Amino acid sequence: MIEDVREDELHAYVDGVLPAARRLEVESWLAAHPADAARVEAWAAQNRLLHGAFDPVLNEPLPLALVRAARRPAPVSSLRAVAAALALIAAGLIGYAAGLGTHDALPMQQARLARDAAIAHVVFSPETRHPVEVDAAHAAHLVAWLSKRVGTPLAAPDFSAQGFHLLGGRLLAGETGPVAQFMYQDSIERRVTLYVRRAAADKGVTAFRHAREEGLDVFYWIDGDFGYALSGPIGRPAMQQLADAAYRQLEADTQ
Amino acid sequence: MRAPPDLIEHLPRLRRYARALTRDSGRADDLVQDTLERALARLDRWQPGSDLRAWLFTLMHNLFVNQIRARGAQETVIDDAPDQPVSGGQFEALVARDIHAALGHLPEAQREVLLLVGLEQFGYAEAAQVLGVPIGTVMSRLARARENMRRMLAAESAVTLRRVK
Repeated sequence: MIEDVREDELHAYVDGVLPAARRLEVESWLAAHPADAARVEAWAAQNRLLHGAFDPVLNEPLPLALVRAARRPAPVSSLRAVAAALALIAAGLIGYAAGLGTHDALPMQQARLARDAAIAHVVFSPETRHPVEVDAAHAAHLVAWLSKRVGTPLAAPDFSAQGFHLLGGRLLAGETGPVAQFMYQDSIERRVTLYVRRAAADKGVTAFRHAREEGLDVFYWIDGDFGYALSGPIGRPAMQQLADAAYRQLEADTQ
Repeated sequence: MRAPPDLIEHLPRLRRYARALTRDSGRADDLVQDTLERALARLDRWQPGSDLRAWLFTLMHNLFVNQIRARGAQETVIDDAPDQPVSGGQFEALVARDIHAALGHLPEAQREVLLLVGLEQFGYAEAAQVLGVPIGTVMSRLARARENMRRMLAAESAVTLRRVK
């Protein structure tokens, strides 16, 4: 004779947390109690509906604003924070003075490009199992897919002359729209990433700029509608060579 | 200085829970962002080795409750789309709308338990810890949530069947 099944146990049955022996007893109980069986089936259906409705969120590209928020160092203690804030205000004033009458938003946006690219590099390049969403074996598909999402034909530069091969790429969600990240690796598994996003107000062509972000060298530039940033931990001269190669190839592609 | 824990890997599930909780992607991501900021500000209170995911969900729960309180009585049920006629063959969309609407009608406390257990697959004891209530409260809220959902979804499909006929 089965001991009466308690309400809590019906829920535990639905959630798969009953011990195996009791589980079998609950199954016999349900076979003999159709009203309970119907409730249990309805509850299990709710779990399936919830997963069906909300699991797709797991596969959405992560908004960069959240990636950035997750990496921002905790606010430091008051004195340092005040000093940092003052420095920011000073920099803002100098930037404002320097930019009077010109396009003063430009350097800020470009600095943002380098910073976002470096964060995306730091977040995704250590991944050993899923460093990329689409691997290089499907390079044509990858480029087509990223191009479609970013909204313009993209190309992944070839760095084989510099010893780096394409691992693949992924899509991120930036403030100005989708961002493509291409990842490359050399024979000793060092990784560099090329970050491509549609330029916001900073159309035009700029020279290479260099920044140190998150312990990486980042070379970044604007070309036409796009901002590019190449990030990696391989030292400035080697990064410069890769950036030159990327720039030359992308230039050739657009002509 | 110890390395800070990696919050990035928890982002997808925090976003899923927030989306289901608010059913509004902008509000959901704002809630995730607030959670991350609070987590980074209070990282020294997190016990290394303890469950980071549960801690993050606890922070999100507290923020969510504060939001609800701040809105107070002014919030009526505004998040339910008015009933739209159903076009044929859109069963998937219909079910998705049903579940969204039904979640919107659940009291927040029941909604949270249902989502933590049914969607995020927290154990009952973990859910109790996240919500800061006894496990018995989790069980009674879960039971009420599931029965309310069952009634609402059954009513919805009855309405739908009549409409389709």
